[in-house]
Amino acid sequence: MMPDDFSLDLPFAIGALLLAGVTIYAVTGGADFGGGIWDLLASGKRAKEQRLEIARAIGPIWEANHVWLIFVIVLTFSCFPPVFAALSTALYVPLSLILVGITLRGGAFIFRAYAHDVIIAQRNWGVVFAVTSALTPMLFGMCAGAVASGNIRIVDGRVTSNYWGTWLGPFPITIGLLAITSCAYLAAVYLCVETEGDLQEDFRKRALGSAVAFAVLGTIALPIARRDAPQIWDGIWSRETWVLIPAAVAVGLVTIVAVWMRRFRLARITAILGIAILLGGWALAQYPYLVVPDLTYENSAASNAMLRVNLIVYGFGAVILIPALVLLFAMFKGKNPAMTGEYGASTGELDAHEQPAAGH
Amino acid sequence: MGDLMVARTQMATSLGFHIVFAALGIGLPLLMVIAEGIYLRTGNPTYLALAKRWSKAFAILFAVGAVSGTILSFLLGLLWPRFMEYAGGIIGMPFSMEGFAFFVEAIFLGIYLYGWNKLSPRAHWLSGIPVAIAGAASGIFVVAANSWMNSPTGFDIVDGEVTNVDPVAAMFNDGWFHQALHMTLAAYVATCFGVAGVYAWGMRKGNRDAYHVSALKIAMGVGVFVSILQAVSGDLSAHWVAQNQPVKFAAMEGLFETRTNAPLTIGGWPDPETRETKWAIEIPGLLSFLAERDFEAEVMGLNDVPMDEQPEPRVVHVAFQVMVGLGTAMIAASVWFWFRVWRRRAVQPSRWQLIALIALAPAGFIAIEAGWIVTEVGRQPWIIYEIMRTEDAVTEVPNQFAAFGGFTVLYAVLAVTAVWLLRLLARSRPPLERTQGDIAHDA
Repeated sequence: MMPDDFSLDLPFAIGALLLAGVTIYAVTGGADFGGGIWDLLASGKRAKEQRLEIARAIGPIWEANHVWLIFVIVLTFSCFPPVFAALSTALYVPLSLILVGITLRGGAFIFRAYAHDVIIAQRNWGVVFAVTSALTPMLFGMCAGAVASGNIRIVDGRVTSNYWGTWLGPFPITIGLLAITSCAYLAAVYLCVETEGDLQEDFRKRALGSAVAFAVLGTIALPIARRDAPQIWDGIWSRETWVLIPAAVAVGLVTIVAVWMRRFRLARITAILGIAILLGGWALAQYPYLVVPDLTYENSAASNAMLRVNLIVYGFGAVILIPALVLLFAMFKGKNPAMTGEYGASTGELDAHEQPAAGH
Repeated sequence: MGDLMVARTQMATSLGFHIVFAALGIGLPLLMVIAEGIYLRTGNPTYLALAKRWSKAFAILFAVGAVSGTILSFLLGLLWPRFMEYAGGIIGMPFSMEGFAFFVEAIFLGIYLYGWNKLSPRAHWLSGIPVAIAGAASGIFVVAANSWMNSPTGFDIVDGEVTNVDPVAAMFNDGWFHQALHMTLAAYVATCFGVAGVYAWGMRKGNRDAYHVSALKIAMGVGVFVSILQAVSGDLSAHWVAQNQPVKFAAMEGLFETRTNAPLTIGGWPDPETRETKWAIEIPGLLSFLAERDFEAEVMGLNDVPMDEQPEPRVVHVAFQVMVGLGTAMIAASVWFWFRVWRRRAVQPSRWQLIALIALAPAGFIAIEAGWIVTEVGRQPWIIYEIMRTEDAVTEVPNQFAAFGGFTVLYAVLAVTAVWLLRLLARSRPPLERTQGDIAHDA
């Protein structure tokens, strides 16, 4: 379904950039949400250690990961303005709830870290962090489901579908659950790489459990897609894209086996690959639509001048951005922190020797 | 309130909330980098303690700024979908660039905050510099997008359709430089006076130690410089507005009747019924000079445009007076501060100087809010000057009041918690300082 000459097809090139942004946000920001989900579900005698480890893992990177969302939003409104206008109107309710979720989650993470000696505040913000970490990806998934389902209708530039029905059906809800599960699954796999001993076993069990849950939900989603999202259903079985579902299943199985055999670094790579294949498959299955069935790459693209300038800006930006991101991740994700003796420390709270003056 | 007014109030609340954190996000990294730089040069641990302290405050403020900025990027579409549909394809470029600047800021902030033990002192200091530069750059890019709303260029309208889009010309519209300069300086001014106020408070309570003196030196050292520059930049802005948005200029000055030798109107209350500004101090000819560089020049009054194309002069004039008044007060306070330092050859601010600095701690932020009220309310009824009316840009989603209420509660929770945490941080004394202080105390 690719256009014959996509080197000249600016809307398609921007679409690919958009897909890259969504994918990177899903596997980085998504895992940060997943960390919050495991904070919510922390259990057993190492519950406290699990939470500390999650906070340590997220601390230095979550704000950079969050910027991928801004990247996606800005790219959408500058290159496909009618898509941004239509989604902002049709999905007004879930997008507003997402904002509440993002705001409270981000605020809660930092507030919890800095309120470390005020137990009640720390506990309350901890709960907010955990709950919003679960709800926000659910809502993102529901929005994605609404976009794919064909329920959002635009006539003469005006949204005609209602504000609730598009994202509250069985298909969007299933995609929402898939989104939560995928965040949890990614986070658990990443955390296996960054821990050792009993804690690593805790996250290994969680990785296996969420991988199985993800597989089950994915299987359930297929018949629902056939009924509620016919464009996607037809798309994934078309001549050009049918290979993606088997590929995702194969990569998923490799991940599960790798986690089982404690080959966690391999599992981290294949888990990311699996999510990338699924999101790429979604984009290809609904090609040429951005919002099924009224907005396409062609009919919603901004002027070629704008698309070209964005490609140039992002090209130059990448020259700065990619080395910076590599530096960030090399510093904080390069070695197993459990091996470098930093485990559980430097989560951004006050230094241990820096106690409140009261009592001196 | 109708849905338009609710949407406008929600946008104003969201921008008004975010701008405080955005300004600190531009200003604090600069002070942080200066403090750490002085530490590297002199080895004086007091400056290291300051840099560490400010970086922790910045971590809290940046997180709130980042999430409230995210809210804004969504709100552009949630509240003004018709505007974004029209403008997104014209002014997207500065927003894309802002995205990159935000990226760089977030990445290096992560490195800076969590890298104290992982990097050499010099490398750590260097990692703070991109935070400071990217913070300023992201502000400049967003303001460039806003200035396009004041001076829309970079496209043609043929038969009601936008064509010949030139994104570069749109970004570097005629108004971008003076607006970006004014906002960037404003962020530094507000941060410097905010920081100075905090340490002046500490000194009033008797902590006249090296830690407080050093903080005050840095804050007022940058502060005096940027607040004076801000007066020059303000004149540049006023001149631009007079030339390009005469209606806004008339509302700012409370000028109803077009006249020559127009006076500068200080204070007063513009009365839209009687069409005159009451109780004001008038300086003859000065307004003509500011607008046209000629004391005799003609300046347009509000009465020359139809009622439905006039902004509300009571809001715009008063906000403008507040901004200029506070700006002047801050220049006076910083000059006074350095005059005493020069006389005494030491930083020994008098009681009244400390009281003045404490009183002016919020002044820069209030001036920023007032300035945005001037430029935004002053542009009404237009969202894109003389091209699209605000009422034509608003969403058709009903029940805006519910969303407005929800977001306002959210901002209140964030603000209260952030302030509470900063107080918690302020009460915990810095490690190096305390060691010295305690030794002195025990002795």
